[in-house]
Amino acid sequence: MLNLLTKNLFLFDPLSLFFLSVIFVVSLPSLIYSFSYLKGEYSAAKITLAQILLLAFVLSMAFVVSVNNCLIFLIFWEIMSLVSYLLVIFDTKHARSVQAGLIYIVMTHTGTAFIIAAFMILHNNAHSFDFFAIKSACQTMPYQTKNIVFLLFLIGFGTKAGIVPLHIWLPYAHPQAPSHISSIMSGVMIKTAIYGIIRFVIFILGVNSSWWGILVLILAVISCLVGVIYALMEHDIKRLLAYHSVENIGIILLGVGLAMFFTSLGLPYLAVFSLIAGLYHLINHAIFKGLLFLCAGSVYKATGTRDIEKLGGLIKKMPQTAAYFLLGAMAISALPPLNGFVSEWLTLQAFFLGAFNVIGGNKLFLGICAAMLALTSGLAAACFVKVFGVTFLAKPRSHYAESAKEVALPMRIGMLILAVLIVIFGLAAVPIIRLLAKVSGSSLGIDISSMSFSLNNLTVTPQIVKDIYLSTPSLALWFALLGIAGFAIYRIFGRGRRVVYKTWDCGYYKIDSRNEYTATAFSKPFRIAFSFFLLPYRKTQKIRESFYHIKSFSYETYTTKVFKKYIYDPVLAIVFKIAKSMRRIQPGSIHLYLGYIFITLLLLIIFMGQL
Amino acid sequence: MIIILQIILFILTAPLLSGLITKIKNNLRMRKGQSIIQPYYNLAKLFSKDEVISETSSWIFRVAPFVVLSSTLVAAILIPVFIFAAPAYQIGDFLVLVFIFALGRFFLALSALDTASSFGGMGASREMFISSLVEPALCMVIFAISLHFGSTDISSFSGMHAITVSSVVSAIALFLIVIAETSRIPIDNQETHLELTMVHEAMVLEYSGRSLALIEVASYVKQMIFFFLIAQLIFPIGLPLGNFTQMFLWIIWCITRIVIIAITVALVEVSLAKMRLFRVADFLGFAFVLGVIATVCAILGV
Repeated sequence: MLNLLTKNLFLFDPLSLFFLSVIFVVSLPSLIYSFSYLKGEYSAAKITLAQILLLAFVLSMAFVVSVNNCLIFLIFWEIMSLVSYLLVIFDTKHARSVQAGLIYIVMTHTGTAFIIAAFMILHNNAHSFDFFAIKSACQTMPYQTKNIVFLLFLIGFGTKAGIVPLHIWLPYAHPQAPSHISSIMSGVMIKTAIYGIIRFVIFILGVNSSWWGILVLILAVISCLVGVIYALMEHDIKRLLAYHSVENIGIILLGVGLAMFFTSLGLPYLAVFSLIAGLYHLINHAIFKGLLFLCAGSVYKATGTRDIEKLGGLIKKMPQTAAYFLLGAMAISALPPLNGFVSEWLTLQAFFLGAFNVIGGNKLFLGICAAMLALTSGLAAACFVKVFGVTFLAKPRSHYAESAKEVALPMRIGMLILAVLIVIFGLAAVPIIRLLAKVSGSSLGIDISSMSFSLNNLTVTPQIVKDIYLSTPSLALWFALLGIAGFAIYRIFGRGRRVVYKTWDCGYYKIDSRNEYTATAFSKPFRIAFSFFLLPYRKTQKIRESFYHIKSFSYETYTTKVFKKYIYDPVLAIVFKIAKSMRRIQPGSIHLYLGYIFITLLLLIIFMGQL
Repeated sequence: MIIILQIILFILTAPLLSGLITKIKNNLRMRKGQSIIQPYYNLAKLFSKDEVISETSSWIFRVAPFVVLSSTLVAAILIPVFIFAAPAYQIGDFLVLVFIFALGRFFLALSALDTASSFGGMGASREMFISSLVEPALCMVIFAISLHFGSTDISSFSGMHAITVSSVVSAIALFLIVIAETSRIPIDNQETHLELTMVHEAMVLEYSGRSLALIEVASYVKQMIFFFLIAQLIFPIGLPLGNFTQMFLWIIWCITRIVIIAITVALVEVSLAKMRLFRVADFLGFAFVLGVIATVCAILGV
């Protein structure tokens, strides 16, 4: 152990530096935000505890992405998991928090077990925990072992990242933590798993068969769709955002999976390009999801509820929070010229460019994946129209929303920083792509000096046939110019007055917030279209005054959580069954226990004698 | 300069196209029908009228018409019309077009929710439902086209090219998508204001006066853009542009092919009934499958 400490423990290559910057870009605004978010929610002692935990959390993540040794990596990985567990159960007064924490810690440790197994196999081969020693040993590793290690890593890191069907903990754990922690967990912590995949699978293990990439792509597509479809059904604002994290991890993994796919097909420049797209979406997601969680926290702080069906009209009460949320929603829905648009366009472009270079059925596979990404982005836009429209627009639906006030200055500053970053990462795409090219090139071990990224002409020589164009600044400029031109025409040629009057009410005397479209109603077409997967069911209850007269009627709709019902519940049932049968050997008798100890001792002595 | 010229051309001629379709539809139904230039009268009238703004609405409702208009016009300058390259091709390719339309739609749907009217919410919900199903089909078609022509650049298929199975199937799939995108029968109905059937009209129900005029112009332009794309795919320009006569013929050909598509749209609208909302998934699923077929054809090189 001492030997370990004397060596050079840290690794600051472009990949680590990139992840470090992602961590701090989201953590700093969240820290600023936390100062007034925690105030009033908890006691002074608990606030201090929260800040210490936050610091430990951020530092452990920073160490995870910058150490150079598997063993140390595991230690910080574990610290990160435990500290985040403590933050998930921070609201101990809610029973839900404790339950969420339990699901989280069980899942995350299952994942860690797989990672440990992978590390053990690697150590067995390399006889060292050092990254570079393992990397050089991996070159001569047998094909079969590599496949096993890859699968172990995929399950292990996939659990942390929240790939479907290992996503089950995410919608429980993320919403329960305080909002600034949710923003770090969703924005950054799940990205450390992506770091793990890039570092250990792409960088150290080295991709050598194309089914790795295909497997990752398929899982990514499933994660995208499942995440966004569940998000559409969800009306708890923070849980909805957590489901969107599942979706966005899928989009990031599309880039990563493509990079693996192209590497195995011997298309290094396309691999670099795809990884750029994945990494770009990674940092973008960190920024906009961080922002959205902070905004959701502000809404919660101002209204005391996370149920969007009870909100509404907040744009008038909280204009700044609303504007930031709108920006975040536009970014996550991939609307130009913001950052989410750039990275989704890059990912789609990676599919298209790949299709020009691969042959036969692979082309069709890439095309269908691209189409599924398009479907995801369409559904995400619908979901955010729902969230923003129902939460911030129209009339307040309850007294919670009516009494809302704009949040304190530190919280607004935290949100402002991330909002500005969304715009910057959208407009300054080219320099960022150039930076990411270095990260991507070094992780894939490819010399990128022959690739060029000029202002709006993305040329990736020598594998791209034609130039492709995207210039977000000029796009933004044209939007602004034509918008202003439209406004000028509106002012100059329009002769009528503007009259503020009530919404058309079909001739009835009064419409109130009960006439508004609800989030449930908004998502109904989706619930029906995807009913083969969501398996919706309803519960109706009639309260009768007499046989003839029904006094009130209640109606609730639910969707079946397919993965929980058909995968996790049976597994849990088996675990409990085994535990029950294990109980027989543990009846509480001290004599029996002494007997166990004696038998163990005897067995040990016998085995020792044989050695 | 050519960019501004193109924008003006789109704004000036797009309403005419809509008027033409309405006229053909009415004639097919044995009616006399309104004049072809009726959309211009409508716009002029809307511009001179007072505008009512809902008191529950916020700045989103006021800003949305400008966002919708400007995003549609940006899409218009990405389309090659006068020459083989789009005037502003450096700012984006075919894929960007999809995202640009999404921007306008996003704001229009929000503005519909902003009015607190259940019509608006219903329209927004349905529109987002349809458009989210349009996206994979459209992406698949773009994929097929760009595989066939070797680039996602729109100008790659705007010049002379041979008509192949792939481009024809893509054009048919694109046609189905256009029906959904321009809110026409059997997906939606531009002429109805019945709450059970309207989608796009429900979204813009609260708009009046000048704002409505801007949104109308945007939908006309959007329709024109899609017609141009189909025309380029299925009726490529097969004429050299040497002298004045050829130039004249070229213009005639450009107009003719748009008119042919307009007639087809009118025929489809007159001969079909509106679908139930949940059948739309099948309709667009069919478009998606056509996109897949077009991709397979492109891979096979036919």
